[in-house]
Amino acid sequence: MKKKQKKMLVRIILAAFMLIALNFIPVTGLLRMLLYLAAYLIIGYDILQKAGKGILNGRMFDENFLMAIATVGAIALAVYEKSGDYNEAIAVMLFYQIGELFQSYAVGKSRKNISALMDIRPDYANVERDGILEQVDPDEVAIGSIIVVQPGEKVPIDGIITEGTSSLNTSALTGESLPREAMPGDEIISGCINMTGVLKIQTTKEFGESTVSKILQLVEESSSRKSKSENFISKFARVYTPAVCGAALLLAVVPPLFHLIAGSPAGWAGWIYRALIFLVISCPCALVISIPLSFFAGIGGASKEGILIKGSNYMETLSKTKIVVFDKTGTLTQGVFEVNGVHHNSMEESKLLEYAALAECASSHPISKSLQKAYGKDIDRSRVTDIEEISGHGLTANVDGHQVAAGNTRLMERLGIPYVECHSVGTIIHLAIDSTYAGHIVISDIEKPNAREAIAALKKAGVEKTVMLTGDTGRVAEKTAAELGVDEVHSELLPADKVTEVEKLLKQKPAKSRLAFVGDGINDAPVLSRADIGIAMGAMGSDAAIEAADVVLMDDDPVKIAKGIKISRKCLAIVYQNIVFALVIKFACLGLGALGIANMWFAIFADVGVMVIAVLNAIRALRVHNL
Amino acid sequence: MKKTYPIEVDCANCANLMEEAARKTPGVASATVNFMTLKMIVEFEEGQEPKQVMKAVLKACKKVEPDCEIEF
Repeated sequence: MKKKQKKMLVRIILAAFMLIALNFIPVTGLLRMLLYLAAYLIIGYDILQKAGKGILNGRMFDENFLMAIATVGAIALAVYEKSGDYNEAIAVMLFYQIGELFQSYAVGKSRKNISALMDIRPDYANVERDGILEQVDPDEVAIGSIIVVQPGEKVPIDGIITEGTSSLNTSALTGESLPREAMPGDEIISGCINMTGVLKIQTTKEFGESTVSKILQLVEESSSRKSKSENFISKFARVYTPAVCGAALLLAVVPPLFHLIAGSPAGWAGWIYRALIFLVISCPCALVISIPLSFFAGIGGASKEGILIKGSNYMETLSKTKIVVFDKTGTLTQGVFEVNGVHHNSMEESKLLEYAALAECASSHPISKSLQKAYGKDIDRSRVTDIEEISGHGLTANVDGHQVAAGNTRLMERLGIPYVECHSVGTIIHLAIDSTYAGHIVISDIEKPNAREAIAALKKAGVEKTVMLTGDTGRVAEKTAAELGVDEVHSELLPADKVTEVEKLLKQKPAKSRLAFVGDGINDAPVLSRADIGIAMGAMGSDAAIEAADVVLMDDDPVKIAKGIKISRKCLAIVYQNIVFALVIKFACLGLGALGIANMWFAIFADVGVMVIAVLNAIRALRVHNL
Repeated sequence: MKKTYPIEVDCANCANLMEEAARKTPGVASATVNFMTLKMIVEFEEGQEPKQVMKAVLKACKKVEPDCEIEF
């Protein structure tokens, strides 16, 4: 408990004790009134103060104002009627404060819960200087420096391991509890916890550009975009509170005037009392507190699972997702390609591979990498000149004085070279050397082991349609789609076609459903921002994706997409439950209050009780691990 | 320039009010309050002195939520 909370607890206990004692001590007259007043001020002075400041700053009609008017009114009424019943006014304040304290305590608890898991900010980096380890601010470490990470420490900056082996705990980053093995030569990302051995790391980025900084930035700035529900509540409160104040005033004045006109006793006290009850019931704190809290908790809970949602508006959109579009490579497949065969070759296989690998030496595309891997030898770049990439087709280059063309069937057609169709499933690289067809290489991508499960999980989570977009040939695409259970496939797309396809799908979809696009962040930033909601997978390392996407999955497990949708549904369900619950109870009690059936204790429940229940419900949005 | 400040605030709605107040303060290009991590991220306009601007931000925030605190 914080100091502020402790102080409040003392005030609550003191006031409660005084209230009970005063009902038994036989004091009378002015002294009695003063003692009650003292109890009232102990518990409520800050509310009165805030209400006063609110009026001075032109912010009337907030919950402090409501509470102040209601309780001061109740005391005035007790004095006027000489009933001496100050209990209710003090009780209203007392329970209101208990509710607030409870709220702040519960929020503090759940905050600790989240921040402990999101606490990935490294405080220092170890740099070796003259054989002595020195702790320095990670901000001061230059790119290319060697840092030392000891067992139990967080990796502060992205880099490459130069010495040492260890297991890494990546759970704070990915939600994955299995440790990851790390060896010299491996890339290592900041935010992991080094578990077993001492590691020496050569940094490849500055601290500010490292994964851990990027993630922290994302999480900390997640609240800047407000959801419709939050905007609704703040607008609602702006109209609602003055409205109930007006209604309460009318309730206090109009019926007695009618009675006067009709010739019967006005009964001022009774009607004013009803109006005060009306004010207490109508306090909107259950809504204004619990709705933003639900979103905060939902986003917090999701980030704990490795799903970063950039704002509560995206939480809302995600919950309405009915169509999920995948960019195949890197989301449903691993994006790791392997050469499966060389067919129709007019020269030796290894020679063909050598030409292909050399021609593709400048590209970092996974397919080029797989060719280089299959070639297996070091690539002498000086043998290659005049590399020309033709987007969506392939490339041409001059290798050892020979004109090499490597690419798909479209490239062959473009160059007017007759080629042999391949009957294997996979990505086919046709090769022509000096304008003569030289054969083709079959490369296939490996499906992710849980891709099938991920599609099934999406269906179960209420997604109506799954679509796969790919640059691959129709045959590969359809085979993969059939295996995974994807509903619709669009193949042989150029990167720009993907935007067009998504736009088409956006036009076709029903007005209320939302379309999510899932990409691995390579080449698909425009599509990510075009879709209703862009989800980037395995975004650690890809800055463009983190910028463009609305939801970032920290690892590349496609099952997380369904989980993200489920989390958002749960969060929104809680928001709606709270809105409906609070409004129904409040309006019911307001009705009863106006009719004179509800008394002050009833009002306290409608205010504080509803708030406590709504806050407890909101905190439920944090618990998403088993969804 | 962007800076992050630890804050103290008790309820989620008050955090939203603070965010609104901070955004309207002159010299602030954009502001975000994260209630769960208790951080305020302020982006200052070109050529503004953060310390001076933050004084105004704190004042504006105190107006909407007297209980709040910003460390700078």
